[in-house]
Amino acid sequence: MKARIKFSKVGSMRFIGHLDLMRFFQKAFRRAKIAISYSQGYSPHQLMSFASPLGIGLSSDAEYLDIVLDDTQDVQGIVEQINEAMNDEICVKEFTILKEEAKTSMAVLAACDYVVALKKGKYNFLQDKEYCKKAVENLAKKDKIEIVKKTKRSEKLVDIRNNIYCIKTDPKEFEAFTKVSYGKSKLDTEEYDPLFYCELTAGSIVNIKPELVLEALCHEEGQEFNVLDYQIHRIEMYADQNGKKGEIHTFATEVKCDLVPLSEYEAK
Amino acid sequence: MRKLALSDEILLSIEKPARYIGGEINMVQKDPRAVDVRFCMCFPDVYEIGMSHLGIQILYDMFNQWDDVYCERVYSPWVDLDEIMRKEHIPLFALESQEPIKDFDFLGITIQYEMCYTNILQVLDLSGIPLCAQDRTMEDPFVIGGGPCTYNPEPIADFFDMFYIGEGETVYRELLDRYKEWKHSGKERIEFLKMAAQVPGIYVPQFYEASYNEDGTIASFDKLVKEAPDTVIKQVECDMSDTYYPEKPLVPYIKVTQDRVVLEIQRGCIRGCRFCQAGMLYRPIRPRSLDFLKQRAKVMLESTGHDEISLSSLSSSDYKELPELVYWLIDEYRDKGVNISLPSLRIDAFALDVMSKVQDIRKSSLTFAPEAGSQRMRNVINKGLTEEVILKGAMDAFVGGWNRVKLYFMLGLPGEEYDDIEQIAVLSDKIAREYYTLPKEERQGKVQIVTSTSIFVPKPFTPFQWSPMVSKEEAREKRFFLLDKVKSQLNAKSIKYNCHDADVSELEGVFARGDRKLNDVILQAYQSGCIYDAWTEYFHYDKWLEAFADHNVDMNFYLKRERGKEEIFPWDFIDIGVTKRFLYREYERSKEAVVTPNCRAKCAGCGAAKFGCGVCVES
Repeated sequence: MKARIKFSKVGSMRFIGHLDLMRFFQKAFRRAKIAISYSQGYSPHQLMSFASPLGIGLSSDAEYLDIVLDDTQDVQGIVEQINEAMNDEICVKEFTILKEEAKTSMAVLAACDYVVALKKGKYNFLQDKEYCKKAVENLAKKDKIEIVKKTKRSEKLVDIRNNIYCIKTDPKEFEAFTKVSYGKSKLDTEEYDPLFYCELTAGSIVNIKPELVLEALCHEEGQEFNVLDYQIHRIEMYADQNGKKGEIHTFATEVKCDLVPLSEYEAK
Repeated sequence: MRKLALSDEILLSIEKPARYIGGEINMVQKDPRAVDVRFCMCFPDVYEIGMSHLGIQILYDMFNQWDDVYCERVYSPWVDLDEIMRKEHIPLFALESQEPIKDFDFLGITIQYEMCYTNILQVLDLSGIPLCAQDRTMEDPFVIGGGPCTYNPEPIADFFDMFYIGEGETVYRELLDRYKEWKHSGKERIEFLKMAAQVPGIYVPQFYEASYNEDGTIASFDKLVKEAPDTVIKQVECDMSDTYYPEKPLVPYIKVTQDRVVLEIQRGCIRGCRFCQAGMLYRPIRPRSLDFLKQRAKVMLESTGHDEISLSSLSSSDYKELPELVYWLIDEYRDKGVNISLPSLRIDAFALDVMSKVQDIRKSSLTFAPEAGSQRMRNVINKGLTEEVILKGAMDAFVGGWNRVKLYFMLGLPGEEYDDIEQIAVLSDKIAREYYTLPKEERQGKVQIVTSTSIFVPKPFTPFQWSPMVSKEEAREKRFFLLDKVKSQLNAKSIKYNCHDADVSELEGVFARGDRKLNDVILQAYQSGCIYDAWTEYFHYDKWLEAFADHNVDMNFYLKRERGKEEIFPWDFIDIGVTKRFLYREYERSKEAVVTPNCRAKCAGCGAAKFGCGVCVES
């Protein structure tokens, strides 16, 4: 049976890279004696895939991992069973059985929510709450937000405006937009101020990194962008119920996107 | 959430930050304030190497079973972090508590190879512990060394408060009990060293003094305090099936060199190869019981989630119940996706059967270690492997579907002639020819033979401890000669020849049989920037040459001399059971190319029987 696991990755586990995380889960499933299915062939491997690799240093409350389980696996209490082999900083929060025809979360991923928390005293121009709110609102009002996207081979100017579905400094307003309740962010601490929240296009066709939004904000304000002075936390990942293969829906397209958290998409 | 010693900024600016965060699966957590002894175990190389070491896993488990002790770990910071820590004055910390090493009671350093000596100084330096034992105060931990290089600890004697000579399972409890007694007594640092010196196997270098003859050899080696013993006896764990062995080994997050369960099936070796130090140091051979191994294999696979188990020993084929153990593992775990790896296995029918069951034949290769090319030379080194056995093993394997062979040899063995070297090429070619005797339809494409040579380094406590080491120039000549001979073989295109760096081997040779005069050289090399000497890209040969020159120490004194029968060696104060008399007899037999039978075939009276265990008491 196909299943989807939602888990958190916080604290020191932020420094574990994607491939190592995969090995961690492989070993954890063995320790927890989860009846996970293996591929065929001479060197069988566990059938698993992640929705979207999280960069080193980022934390998350909503990472998604798809697995295939043998029918012998009892799903009653499976979250506790897996968590026996986890630690405080990587922890399973939800377990969903998927329809047999369900596509992988990597294939259906359409958007992600993030909190971008600025280190106190680092982005002085944004230190004033009201000013920051204004700056963010101004950014949201623009028709075009151009940034330089760097890949290994080239640099090109892209407009990310339509890929920013929402950007807010007030968590309440953000929750009202996403209609998902997150509670207080783990980054809402002494160390960080201010915070802003954004919902961005994600997936294999277009994937907007939240630091690009911060970069755009700095650019807009004529300020310097510094790679180490912020912390990013992923709060949710979504599939698009209007999604069709190879298409991205934004408010600029005819069909609008209709987002639902991955844990609810194609659930049995 | 665990607090970390390094800031996010630092962790995000270095390679593989997971090396420094600890928190691995099965890591032991205790309250450091609630124990009597804080012990930090160190492997002075990068995390991925250090985490692959079985010895630390055994001792980590042992120490942490004791309620009054908390054992933590530290490895050498990689060069990127090293630079940051120096610049920002960040003290080196243990992975578990992330607290400074300087606050510990003990820093235990395992010394597995000579080329890590400068990394030992790096660890001390970054910890803020004075490099020389004599300069340490009540504020500093006791620095204790262990592992194979401590069988000649003299080149690094200044940097250690004590060395533990022997196997860790044996006298640590006694040592720590004395430490607790001393800690409560309020006495001076030196008083504990005197107490420690009375524990069997503990060597406190500052209690001894060497005097030298005019030619630089040792005239005498004398103790300075009455508490120190004249000879330090190697400590041996006699019952290998009723001793410490982890049930929950640490599982790192990042991929390390040994990313699997390691099951040590026996300790020691019966073979008596004359070049092999481990074969002499760990005598007598002591197998673990089949029941013990099965139980540990099961528990360790469950507690780690590893998908591979490796059987470890110096010569697995000499473990009598090997087929039973291996077939049990296959039956039990093959369907559960667990790989079984068997290094150091003699290639025979059993080995091929097992390998065909546990490996993908197309991807795996066969490994032979003839060590020398000619039969005469193999007799000199007492390597009881004949050409006939190699060719038969290879042929059986070819019939079984393999087509890749790895061969390991040494260059510069004592008494080696150019003809012996040529035989390395000839033997490689013979194996290839053997392959092509198969009918074409039974062959799996072309045969691939990888022939590797390393430079032989004479080691203490071996029959070759009296031998000169081959010079760099000679080694180079021999390599070119062999390369030329490989190229002129019929199947030259199927043979790939690899060889080792001679500069590093030379230095290894100096340290292996060095004396106390080398302490200053090593200290200077470190201070001039040498660390990670085992890593070719960080090895600065010129800095080493300068350090030797500045201290007027001649490398050739250690490398080129054939030592006399009566010469006092720096390591003579250590008693490993195997006697110097036996080793000299073996040296003489090597010169006549006479083979000595293995321990099970006929006892050679090496002296290890004094421990009263293992093969020496087998009926």
